[in-house]
Amino acid sequence: MKIAVCVKQVPDATAPRRIDPASKRLDRSGEGALNATDVNAVEEALRIKEAREGEVVVVSLGPARAMESLKKALAMGADRAVLVADDAAAGSDLLATSYALAQALQREEPDLVLFGQQSSDADGAVLWAAVAERLRRPLISQVATLTVEDGSVTGKRQTEFGYDVIRAPLPAVIAVSDAINEPRYPSLKGIMGAKSKPQETLSLADVGVEPERVGEAGSRTTVAALAPPPPKSGQVKIEDDGSAAEKIVEYLAEKRLL
Amino acid sequence: MRSLVFLEHHEGELTKGSLGVLSKAASLGEAAGVVVGSGLAGVAEAAGRYGASTVYVVDDPALEAPLPQPRVDALEAVVAQAGAENVLFAASVLAADVAAGLAARLEAGLNWDVTDLAVEGGELVGKRLALGDTVLVDTGWTATPRLALVRSGTFDPVESGGSATVEQVDAPLQDFSTAAELAEHLQEEASGPSIEDADVIVAGGRGLQAPEGFALCEELASALGGAVAATRAVVDAGWYPYAAQVGQTGKTVSPKLYVALGISGAIQHKVGMQSSGVIVAINKDPNAPIFDFADFGVVGDLHQIAPKLAELVRARKA
Ligand SMILES: Cc1cc2nc3c(=O)[nH]c(=O)nc-3n(C[C@H](O)[C@H](O)[C@H](O)COP(=O)(O)OP(=O)(O)OC[C@H]3O[C@@H](n4cnc5c(N)ncnc54)[C@H](O)[C@@H]3O)c2cc1C
Ligand SMILES: Nc1ncnc2c1ncn2[C@@H]1O[C@H](COP(=O)(O)O)[C@@H](O)[C@H]1O
Repeated sequence: MKIAVCVKQVPDATAPRRIDPASKRLDRSGEGALNATDVNAVEEALRIKEAREGEVVVVSLGPARAMESLKKALAMGADRAVLVADDAAAGSDLLATSYALAQALQREEPDLVLFGQQSSDADGAVLWAAVAERLRRPLISQVATLTVEDGSVTGKRQTEFGYDVIRAPLPAVIAVSDAINEPRYPSLKGIMGAKSKPQETLSLADVGVEPERVGEAGSRTTVAALAPPPPKSGQVKIEDDGSAAEKIVEYLAEKRLL
Repeated sequence: MRSLVFLEHHEGELTKGSLGVLSKAASLGEAAGVVVGSGLAGVAEAAGRYGASTVYVVDDPALEAPLPQPRVDALEAVVAQAGAENVLFAASVLAADVAAGLAARLEAGLNWDVTDLAVEGGELVGKRLALGDTVLVDTGWTATPRLALVRSGTFDPVESGGSATVEQVDAPLQDFSTAAELAEHLQEEASGPSIEDADVIVAGGRGLQAPEGFALCEELASALGGAVAATRAVVDAGWYPYAAQVGQTGKTVSPKLYVALGISGAIQHKVGMQSSGVIVAINKDPNAPIFDFADFGVVGDLHQIAPKLAELVRARKA
């Protein structure tokens, strides 16, 4: 069974994030990390592979340096990494990103495509649906429990009205919830081994993407103005030095909440 | 400006979220609704009262299950027949997938997490908060139809008292769209008092580290005289019942006091509790987004702090 996992490099959570006022794009110059909920998708792929054999390939669209973050997936146990990196793709919106990613996935012909829950920078939780549409494959999103059978997958997912259990024939596209599993940490052996695993950086041309279909040219949305959000006043943030419980009680008493 | 609004429904009722978006669309120009499903007699009419001039209905037994892909086929057919400058959705598990699928189908732009819509100089502007609500952005579209997913709870339905013409539309469904099928729908019966009525809520997230961690929430809630709530991550993991979930997919609450234990503060959680009177958060990660909107934030270990807090509250009340 061949599993492709779509993963993204995002700005590290410990660094402040900003949109560059000139380009109106997210400033990606700082430390990068593998998007946290994509790690759940990688873990799920590895568990399926361990149970059924096969190959796990991580696929990403992003700047060339994103390969650094993809290595974490290799260290966890993924077999290969494919990164589509091309200056022309910078500033791609959902439409453009889904096209480039779908093209890269077509080349791999996976039985199963996995997505994470949401990227911490775009927070869309939507990309999979556009990709499934382009691949013309069945989709199950927000999956909290996944079962793989011969020729089909079954996902249990939460909606506003309870839980739905949805079955789809393979090949299929699945987006997982962050509750689906507890990801493993890469072992030292895994980290060392990652260096020698195949890491392919491809251009848009390599995956058959015309430059006018990505980047600003291929996008149908714009960012026009930026402003700070309405301020929230009177916020207090303390570090616990052993007296936090007392301080909370004082605060609640002051607010007449006790 | 002509907008089509995707009207989601459950057990014969249009959802409050989609009627809110419809009311907003009607305030911007002409608004029509789209209702997709099976056995829809009587479901669509209510949309007229919230500003829809027309409701397009795609009624097909194959559309019975609430799955997104055949709804992309249905909306494509309605857009082709009726035309629309905007296609608007109230965010939901279903609507998000329909919107993004339709964007790819129509090669249209989609802006999500929109918290306001306005027409400025003849163009639609989607206001949204980005990067964990740290920046306010005006988003736009370079072509029509413009697709937007509106953040849950953004617009309230406004009754304007009109009535809508109902038009049936036939939509051919694609093979891949109907390949996924609903095997089972599970509903948990809610038990105990509803969190929506509680004045004090103690909510737990994955930072509780194990289902047993909820004992801490229960202890603190009982000391404060409140109810216990949970994030989706722990509900999905089976640590706490579905009925206690706060957030986009769960309940919207606004207690006087909301204590968040081991909750990161994802947007989808925030939208369900941001209107609480006072938000107290305990989280060991100083960068957790919850500190951006907590009134009183404590960087620390909840396992140390919460039991002591419960004890102090009890002592004070005694
Ligand atoms: C379409 C959609 C709908 C969604 N709907 C909802 C919804 O309705 N409700 C909802 O809640 N979520 C929802 N989510 C999920 C949401 O995005 C987050 O994934 C989820 O809220 C995270 O839950 P959490 O805070 O418990 O877990 P995490 O994000 O894992 O956070 C756990 C936190 O605990 C802290 N922690 C760990 N140990 C300790 C300790 N000892 N002491 C103190 N702190 C500690 C960590 O620092 C971390 O910040 C939805 C997502 C999507 C895509
Ligand atoms: N540039 C990208 N390359 C590969 N996968 C991505 C990319 N952006 C997002 N994804 C995947 O799509 C999921 C949802 O992203 P989003 O819709 O941006 O929240 C993520 O969790 C990833 O699995």
